[in-house]
Amino acid sequence: MNAQKTLPSYLEQSQQVRERFDRMKSREVILKVKSLGKTFETQKRETVALKDINFETYRREFLCIVGPSGCGKSTLIRILAGLETQTSGEVLLQGKPVRGPGRDRGMVFQGYTLFPWLTVKRNVMFGLEVNNAGRLEAETQALQWLQLIGLEKFADAYPHQLSGGMKQRVAIARALANQPRILLMDEPFGALDAQTRTRMQAHLLEIWRKIDITIVFITHDLDEAIYLADRILVLKPHPGEVQELIEVPVPRPRQMDQFISEEFLTTKARLEELIYSSEAHGEEGEEPYPMMMRLAEVGDNVE
Amino acid sequence: MTRTRWFAVHAELSPRARSLLGFFSFVLPILLWCIVSYVPAVWHPLVLITDPGSVDYFQPDMRVDRATFDQETADATAQNRALPQGVPANPIYLPAPHEVLKAFYTSFTMPPEARDSPWLHQSLWHSIQVIFWGFVISSIFGVPLGILCGTYSPISRLTEPFVEFFRYLPAPAFGALAVAILGIYDGPKIAVIVIGTFFQQVLIIANTTRKLDGALVEAALTLGTKNLQLLSRVVIPGILPDLYRDQRILLGWAWTYLIVAELIGTTTGITWFITQQARYQHFANVYAAIFIIGIIGLGTDILLGLLGKRLFPWDRTVKA
Repeated sequence: MNAQKTLPSYLEQSQQVRERFDRMKSREVILKVKSLGKTFETQKRETVALKDINFETYRREFLCIVGPSGCGKSTLIRILAGLETQTSGEVLLQGKPVRGPGRDRGMVFQGYTLFPWLTVKRNVMFGLEVNNAGRLEAETQALQWLQLIGLEKFADAYPHQLSGGMKQRVAIARALANQPRILLMDEPFGALDAQTRTRMQAHLLEIWRKIDITIVFITHDLDEAIYLADRILVLKPHPGEVQELIEVPVPRPRQMDQFISEEFLTTKARLEELIYSSEAHGEEGEEPYPMMMRLAEVGDNVE
Repeated sequence: MTRTRWFAVHAELSPRARSLLGFFSFVLPILLWCIVSYVPAVWHPLVLITDPGSVDYFQPDMRVDRATFDQETADATAQNRALPQGVPANPIYLPAPHEVLKAFYTSFTMPPEARDSPWLHQSLWHSIQVIFWGFVISSIFGVPLGILCGTYSPISRLTEPFVEFFRYLPAPAFGALAVAILGIYDGPKIAVIVIGTFFQQVLIIANTTRKLDGALVEAALTLGTKNLQLLSRVVIPGILPDLYRDQRILLGWAWTYLIVAELIGTTTGITWFITQQARYQHFANVYAAIFIIGIIGLGTDILLGLLGKRLFPWDRTVKA
């Protein structure tokens, strides 16, 4: 935290980064969220999960959403997907209001949601088939997507024969095969081990570079958010509100060694400041952890 | 093999240990039966008369209480009369394993007592048909209704409370009614099996359907799946292995209703065979017939289990 003073502000952008953002913002708006609100009603009381959320994403933008637990980021992405309905406000996809789920928005979930009864290839074909593509057409396209993610060898394997990382790659291919305008990802790498997760992040950036897709990515891992995102939407909890929309000053293409660059650290410091200040209030109803009585012998110290 | 490994909670057993234990699960009861049958010191409460001696009401091959036999022997000894001879025996309703084994063969080869009554294999075939139709008719309605209940809450609420009530009504109680409506032949028998199976079936399959991972449905929705496609492409394939398992269990239940069902109207099938043989006190045949039901039941279940493995290669929960 002391390093923060010596770092330049996260708001400072190099010429190159600024030009990238200018180019991004000159593209058309794909997704527009207008004063979105969500209230859950239980028998006893009303809980405001989201309140007055406003933001927009441009075509081919990579947007990350971060926030402490309880900030409603999952609810937000589920509303974007159409799996839940908002209580107020509007979600516009290319100017058209979103009503229910649809093939124009692909989604990758945290849990593994491949259909266990279908082979990898049939999983990727699923979206095409339910949208009335011919079997042959669907198969050709599915194989192309599998090639893109490097799993064509596993086309005839069942999901249970794949590792966690491979499952998520297939899930990404399955979502992309529908050629959605936007890919929604709800902590997709949350269940993976650290090494796999790192490789998957690089892999995802590679995919994103190559195809015309806009990504909205939820995570609670700040490093992940900075490494992946063009902009980071920071939410705060109780109720879920937009705290800040940060333009990540780290230049692209992103590399692992940028994790210790000045831009990276200053952005991370800012994110921590935002998230821990809102988390400092504690979760609703959560008591502070108790001071513990010493049970180990005197003199037998570990620190 | 240490003891802790065998008796760990949900211990993983080697295939060898599994089949060995499975084998013993049959051997142990048979061993117990052999001991009771062949060791004269165990139980044997009766005496089978071989020579009546001077006791006038004793006859060869008659079974009498041990106490009676001892009393008569004592009396004969006191009066210096010829002593009755006999060997310890079990009651006639508990034949020895070898007698039942023999009956397995003879009951198929023995012509029926009355001329135009059916042979054992004919009786069995009749029973299997009754079960088959009862189960098929129940499934035609029960499986789809169960799936709909498990998928759509309004259908569930409209159906399940009544089904829940009806399943407590004992199926045999509808026997007389079924005879009045469907006559005395196979109709009412099939009806009793249907009533006994259907209501359980709806509830069990509804529950199985509800257990489908909701995330799979959501994933399908985000891929653009709509209404009925959701049912045919996600819900049904998703529950199929569990549905199949449920059907296997329900088929077992259907068998348990068979005997009651066959007593309704004119007695037929394996039940007719069993009651006939019991009337003539051919208890070895009775046991043989009962065991045949068990063998057919277990046999079908094992076959269906193997078929299931073939049908659902992705299913991770199957274990023999």
